[in-house]
Amino acid sequence: MSAAIDFKPRILGFLCNWCCYGGADLCGVSRFQYPPYLRVIRLMCSGRVDLSFILRAFSNGADGVFIGGCHINDCHYNTEGNYDALNLMYLCKKLLEHIGLNPDRLRLEWVSAGEGIRFSEVMNDFGKQIKALGPLGSSEGMDLDEIKSRIAEITKLVPYIKMVYRDKLASRSRTQEAYDTLFTREGIETLFQDVVSYYIDPAKCQGCSTCLRRCPVDAIIGGKSTIHVIDQDKCIKCGTCFEVCPPRFGSVMKISREPVPPPIPEEARTIVRKKKHAQAEETLQPVS
Amino acid sequence: MQNEQLAEKMCEGFPDRNFGDVMVVGAGISGIQASLDLATAGYKVYLVEKSPTVGGHMSQLDKTFPTNDCSMCIESPKFLECKRHPNIEILTMAEVDRVQGEAGNFTVTLTKKPRYINEDLCTGCTTCVEYCPVLVPDPFNQSISTNKAVHIYFAQAVPLVPYIDENCLYLDGKQCTICQGVCQNRTIDLRQTPETLIVKVGAIVLAPGFEVFDPKVTGDYRYGEFQNVVTSLDYERLLCATGPYEGEILRASDRKHPRKIAWIHCVGSRRVTAGNNSYCSAVCCTYTQKQVILTKDHDAEAECTIFHNDIRSYSKGFERFYQRAASLPGVRFIRSYVSIGREDPETKNVTVKYATTDNGVQEEEFDMVVLSVGLQPPKGYMALADTFGVPLNSHGFCSSNPANPIETPRSGIFVAGSFQGPMDIPEAVYTASGAGSQCSELLSFRRGKLSKERVYPQEKDVSAEDPRVGVFVCHCGANIGRVVDVPSTVDYALTLPNVVYAQEQLFSCATNSAKEITDTIKEKGLNRVVVAACTPRTHEPVFRDTLREGGINQYLYDMANIREHCSWVHSKEKEDATQKAKDLIRMSVARVCCLEPLQEFDLPVDKAALVVGGGIAGMTSAQSLATQGFEVYLVEKDSDLGGMARRIHYTLDGMNVQDFVRDLKRKVYRNPLIHVITDGTITNVAGYVGNFTTTVSSNGMVREIHHGAAVLATGGAEYRPTEYFYGTDDRVLTQLELEETIDKKDEKLSTAKTLVMIQCVGCRNEERGYCARICCSHAIKNALKIKEVNPETDVYILFQDMRTYGFNEDYYRDASEKDIKFIRFDPQDKPVAEAGDAEDGRPVLQVSVTDSILGNRLVLDADYLVLSAAVIPAEDIGELSQLFKVALSPEGFFQEAHVKLRPVDFAAEGVYLCGTAHYPKHLSEVINQAYGAAGRAAVLLSQDSVSASGSVCEVDEHACIGCGACVEACTYGAIELQKTRHGNKAKVISVVCKGDGLCNAKCPTGAIALKHYTDEEVFRQIDAEIPDTVALSSK
Repeated sequence: MSAAIDFKPRILGFLCNWCCYGGADLCGVSRFQYPPYLRVIRLMCSGRVDLSFILRAFSNGADGVFIGGCHINDCHYNTEGNYDALNLMYLCKKLLEHIGLNPDRLRLEWVSAGEGIRFSEVMNDFGKQIKALGPLGSSEGMDLDEIKSRIAEITKLVPYIKMVYRDKLASRSRTQEAYDTLFTREGIETLFQDVVSYYIDPAKCQGCSTCLRRCPVDAIIGGKSTIHVIDQDKCIKCGTCFEVCPPRFGSVMKISREPVPPPIPEEARTIVRKKKHAQAEETLQPVS
Repeated sequence: MQNEQLAEKMCEGFPDRNFGDVMVVGAGISGIQASLDLATAGYKVYLVEKSPTVGGHMSQLDKTFPTNDCSMCIESPKFLECKRHPNIEILTMAEVDRVQGEAGNFTVTLTKKPRYINEDLCTGCTTCVEYCPVLVPDPFNQSISTNKAVHIYFAQAVPLVPYIDENCLYLDGKQCTICQGVCQNRTIDLRQTPETLIVKVGAIVLAPGFEVFDPKVTGDYRYGEFQNVVTSLDYERLLCATGPYEGEILRASDRKHPRKIAWIHCVGSRRVTAGNNSYCSAVCCTYTQKQVILTKDHDAEAECTIFHNDIRSYSKGFERFYQRAASLPGVRFIRSYVSIGREDPETKNVTVKYATTDNGVQEEEFDMVVLSVGLQPPKGYMALADTFGVPLNSHGFCSSNPANPIETPRSGIFVAGSFQGPMDIPEAVYTASGAGSQCSELLSFRRGKLSKERVYPQEKDVSAEDPRVGVFVCHCGANIGRVVDVPSTVDYALTLPNVVYAQEQLFSCATNSAKEITDTIKEKGLNRVVVAACTPRTHEPVFRDTLREGGINQYLYDMANIREHCSWVHSKEKEDATQKAKDLIRMSVARVCCLEPLQEFDLPVDKAALVVGGGIAGMTSAQSLATQGFEVYLVEKDSDLGGMARRIHYTLDGMNVQDFVRDLKRKVYRNPLIHVITDGTITNVAGYVGNFTTTVSSNGMVREIHHGAAVLATGGAEYRPTEYFYGTDDRVLTQLELEETIDKKDEKLSTAKTLVMIQCVGCRNEERGYCARICCSHAIKNALKIKEVNPETDVYILFQDMRTYGFNEDYYRDASEKDIKFIRFDPQDKPVAEAGDAEDGRPVLQVSVTDSILGNRLVLDADYLVLSAAVIPAEDIGELSQLFKVALSPEGFFQEAHVKLRPVDFAAEGVYLCGTAHYPKHLSEVINQAYGAAGRAAVLLSQDSVSASGSVCEVDEHACIGCGACVEACTYGAIELQKTRHGNKAKVISVVCKGDGLCNAKCPTGAIALKHYTDEEVFRQIDAEIPDTVALSSK
């Protein structure tokens, strides 16, 4: 019980420079008080908040994450980044649910630079809420290691999630209904079930290095006259290899809902080219 | 001739000190602004101040209304800017004795009083202050507390050097030289004598400010006699954390907290009795409300009573501010004249006698009484006027031309700030920018000839070095130090990886602290700096500059905000706040270690201006800019120039508006540098500061205008009343319509028996909560005109508060004397009108109103009912605000970048505002502000280039998969996809990039990064949030 009383939540805040950070400043200037839980990271726009920032904070054991931006239609930038923050928040809450964390641990609020009092109200309220939820994982029945490993899985898929939800993350919905249905639990479940992987068919690869050169994260291992192999740990599932593999080879496969075959052993990757008239199948006989 | 020879002879001794472009006299906020504007525009400025530091009255204020910003915090960065500006020479403790010559060639003789300390050698270490045995009343703290006979005027003073008071034992009897003994730099020279300086300049800006009214002069309020009667400026110091009791409000008699406090309005103002001033001081109502709000912040239980006359909340945000103060619990606003009763001999409490309609005369006891004293001309104004050869008005302020309040009859001498008349800070600021503009009109041919560029030391390449971080933790006087245990945070910082140096500082923003940082950078070989102090929003530029002085890239810096985000908001939790400060420092250190040096780049400035709106404001701005040699495009949506002024015929002070408009239009049309586009509509605005492209369509023609700056002066509109039969009964007019009717010498009007005016129609109500500022004066103007036409006409003005602020108060008095009847009504019980017949049978509008003083219901038989209809924002202001990406205030007018200190700038760089589009205002104020906006735009247009932030986006081409998510996110159009051998790749156009970083968050592969806020840099900061205890236990 005393642990609960002594519990001092760790809240990480991402505040946009122009509104919420200014509101927090004015809150200070006006001496409005709030509990000392918040640690602030100043960003130029709430739209700069990356999905991986939030995940990293929770992975580090933060009990709550706060995003503060300008009121809707009041963004300092004409890119209206606060909409992006809003979309991201809705997505991230669903992801937290998927992980098994209470989505209330993530909160987004609009605070203008003139709303010092509002900043303190929000901080008092969020502090109380997180205090009631207890340390991260306590009310969810998970220990930190488990949380970390679950988050790690999602973190690995951040590039994939950004691509799949690209339109939704960039939407500019003006109604609450639209936001309520923007991301759903079911949608998220399907997303994870249908995650694609890319695999280079050793029987078809000609070792042309096109995919290897174009892979943005250097996840393809290989070289001239060597069958290319995708390092599945490094791969971000962007599909560039699939797109750029010359159609006459068509060696990159998109795999979903199926296990990815193991990579072909290193010693079996050298391509021995036969005479011109030989059959394609024959050309790809590995030397063993 | 003899004098000139003498002058030249004297000048020989001061080769660097004798020649400039402009001399600014008075270094309050107005003088500071004028100096900064002129110096940045390329003129060499001498800033002359008679006191030991720059800052003026603003530095004595605790907070500024209506935002309650800390006054010193917003003003002091400007002190440093002045000090660091290569084109400004500050002469403190100096006064002008003589001004000879003429515009373009003045010879000014000054006397520099002895400071008894060599400014060039003193480090501001204050050892002398420590050892000085003499205590003297501290003028900065209104002599409530004491200071040493040698002391620094205030902590942020510029120059940050002590001065020796005349009460020094040596100066007053040659008895003591302790300070000389303890000063290690041998900077104290007690034998210093006054020094005469002669300076030649082309123009002079007079900004001597004001003096607060001294209630001792009339003795009415027993000030100086009863200990617990203080002035509002005394109270300002009591409220302030750097005040006599460190921000505790205490009574002089017993050092106890007063619980019951009374404020008395209009002390020294609005009175014609000897020793008082007849005008309204214009700022006291709102500063009193500020003091009430702050008092309640200090002590929620405090009972605040305000004895007032009319409440004059006439400016932007003031009415809301008044409502906020009035709605606080334990706050009473009582409309009554008062007198001070007696002082209780034991408790030293003071009684106040007052009268209300409900309860008659009463006497009530208070713990403290605050006199809301007014503003009056600066000390020695007669001599001042004499020295500079400028005339004074009957109140002792500088006599001004309503068509250009900044100019004086003596060509080349301009007036800025409250020497024009009582005014608030933003007006002092924009009249300063306006004076800058007019100096520049005169001297544009020599712009840049004397100016110097700021030279920074060569930037050290630190890319190969490991991070060597220096941490400086600021006490901010007691603001941080009283809550956060600063020494322990310094010890902690030293334990952090890569931190090679840490120290505490009393004020990191003070000049000597900045020097300490640059010296330490060099001595300890630092390549990165963290300052733990206040908010980067105000102070980051100051410290970045310090890094440049230290020879390292300004982006290798981070700021931990341990004041606004820590000590001020966790004031009762000292331990937790100290822990938080350590955490924030740890996060900053982690971030700073991975920051990269970035280069700002220069963007060329297109030296043309676009002025939108061809009313008085727009024409004045355009004309001033063109006179300075800039090309101006003036776009007016109507088919003719003139704006709202075409409907105004005269002003209260007697100016013929139509003649003025005609003259101004002629000047504008004849100026070859001004291109007037009438019937113009702006359809698109592209570009950025220094390089805008605006599309204007006019009569079927579409043209693109390239310009570096834009001034928005689109005016306002008159509210079309829906109340009081307006529009259905032609006896109901608005004030503007009445003015036109008077001008036409309408027969019916001149024979009218009774005319009734109703104030605040369409404002100060639920729909529009603001006061439209000008209507009270307009009503009086028209009422006086009617009396002039036919003294027999009975004129009634039904009002809530008469808001004839400033010198217009005299006309209010004049109107009362001319038997114009003023009846105050309660907003809950507004006047009612209905058609009826008068006793003599003539058809009238019967206006019934409850007289709130007498309490009886009056019925007035009005031949005319005139509505003082509100000034409302122009219809197209919303569209314009979107096109130019500028904000609107809650009232729907344009929102300036900062209400006090950037009153004519928008937050969007390169765009400025003036006139009624900002807020309703009188003609003279519009003209002042229009010159101000022109001055600010000219500062930008004088530059050949502006530098853009180094924090823009960058693409790692290899990692880019050409998906286009970034292109879609960037509505600025700063990212393009380009075809390459390896497919489509994103490319950033750096000058267009605004650095919001949306693209970075959208990019799936991490190919595009916002420099200074890269994923890596943010991750390091996120990871550093993990408390040490957690990090240890998980190891």
